[in-house]
Amino acid sequence: MKELINRVESRFTLLNHIEQRPDLLFLSMDAKEVVEVLTYLRDIENYQHLVMISAVDRMEDHMFQLTYLVHNYSDNIDIGIRTNIDRDNPVISSMHHLWPAAQVYQRELHELFGIDFPGSPRQDEPMMLEGWDNIPPMRRDFDTKKYSEETFFPRAGRETYDPRKVMAGKTYPKENEIKHEIKKLVRDQRNK
Amino acid sequence: MRSKNLSEINETNRVGVLTREGPKTALNWETVLPPSAGLDLSSGKYLKIWHGPQHPGVTGNMALELTLEGDIIRECKTHVGYLHRAFEKLMERRKYIQCFPIVCRICVPEPDPNEYLFAAAVEELAHIEVPERAVWLRTLILEMIRVAFLTMGLGGQAGSFGLGPIGQWAVTHRDYLLDLFEELTGGRVYHMYILPGGVRRDLPHGFTERLEEVLKKIERLIGSVEKVMFSNAVFKARAKGLGMIPSEWVVPYGITGTNARAAGVPIDIRKNNPYLVYDQLDFDILTGSASDVYERSSLRKEEILQSIRLIRQIIDKMPKGGPVRNKLPNVMNWKVPAGETYVRAESGRGELGYYLASDGTEYPRRIHVRGAGYTHAMVVLEKLAERQSIADLAGIMVSLQTCPPEIER
Repeated sequence: MKELINRVESRFTLLNHIEQRPDLLFLSMDAKEVVEVLTYLRDIENYQHLVMISAVDRMEDHMFQLTYLVHNYSDNIDIGIRTNIDRDNPVISSMHHLWPAAQVYQRELHELFGIDFPGSPRQDEPMMLEGWDNIPPMRRDFDTKKYSEETFFPRAGRETYDPRKVMAGKTYPKENEIKHEIKKLVRDQRNK
Repeated sequence: MRSKNLSEINETNRVGVLTREGPKTALNWETVLPPSAGLDLSSGKYLKIWHGPQHPGVTGNMALELTLEGDIIRECKTHVGYLHRAFEKLMERRKYIQCFPIVCRICVPEPDPNEYLFAAAVEELAHIEVPERAVWLRTLILEMIRVAFLTMGLGGQAGSFGLGPIGQWAVTHRDYLLDLFEELTGGRVYHMYILPGGVRRDLPHGFTERLEEVLKKIERLIGSVEKVMFSNAVFKARAKGLGMIPSEWVVPYGITGTNARAAGVPIDIRKNNPYLVYDQLDFDILTGSASDVYERSSLRKEEILQSIRLIRQIIDKMPKGGPVRNKLPNVMNWKVPAGETYVRAESGRGELGYYLASDGTEYPRRIHVRGAGYTHAMVVLEKLAERQSIADLAGIMVSLQTCPPEIER
């Protein structure tokens, strides 16, 4: 693991590294170097299995954190390449030429976070949100509650109950009654 | 299987059946039909139809946009989104313990790997220990659900080739297992059994005997399936040589699980990155070589028997008593330390992984589910469906074990 970190560090600018587990390593890189580092890991270091690409919205830092996870089948070690990109202008080089499956992950990130991967095939086709006209929904400033209140309406005549009250009335009817009587007595005493 | 040359293949439209020469020759279709890019739809030669979103068999709601030439598929595009329930977004707005009823819904036929992985990710970040008996119970329930899932998948595979009774037998036998799940966890389909720090409860009295009875029933079922399905001339003629995944696709396309092992690539996370107690159990990675639909289904059949052997081993080696759950802090105010992790497990479909990022609050910052069906259904299926007959499409889909809920989460 140490040797691998040294080898990566000698070729690229490594900002930070975390050894999360003996078989899981996170490396923080600059966004410009991500495709190069992934190519290096795939072709030289034998990290040939692209596990996933994911994004985390760090809204308070105005950043999207991207994580590219690659796996090595000979040593069974995972490496997560992490990089931060600007939240207002989220563009990063596409790596669909390295793995055929990468374009699907990039398509999903484009739809759910609005991250642009220039040149990624079928990027602008809707994947799961057909006819979506709001901001990308996985961004943290997308207000789910407001959206559902504006889009969906409760069925007419529907009543909601507090489950705690209903269950207490059903399971312990007598105790519940006594409790309410005591509460009433206390309230009356206080009011006097 | 005897080999045929390309001119013979050209004479018949049954392109799939005759390609049993090996993965490398199966790729060489450009000589038989021109590549499908840039089809002239206005020529009247092609027909565009939608296959789905109602699902053929056990695959889940997913639509395939097909361009047909006669009954041969020239282009296939996968469309998902019919089961999008925004699990990942929902979990960002819920406390950790409130996420547990959500994660199991990410794959309906096989919920327990999701529960285990979410619990494992939280345990790793929060440094929670799990009692030994709970670890064994987790392994037991993971193997039980694998048997249930693969049995139903086998029935679905038979159903997609018109062998209806096997589907009914398989669902019946899955129901025997669901009865056991109900007894153990209180839920038939969604169990919510594995929580951080252990499992919810110990085995009921006499559970192992009842489990053994069901396992014997399933072994008898596999014996019948062997005769009715795997010796069936129609199934052999249609499934052999159909939907072949070349072994050199496996790593670049991210193919995992039985689909990879049927192509002769020994990938099994239970062996490669042992989790729970799989390093103490005695089993081998089962591999095939032909990598067609027949091979994948027969490998799944073998894996059911392997899981049954594993369940018996687990019951033998399991510690007889002890606690099954460590106490958690007050779960409604529980802050998980900041950090990131990725955990993976071998599900019945392939590699299932959870990426969890915590920012030190009561709510998870981000949970990303890496489903095995993601590459299988979106990339591999589009490739495999090309130049196949539309009648065989459902069979290919089921043999890849696509699971749309984990694609669109």
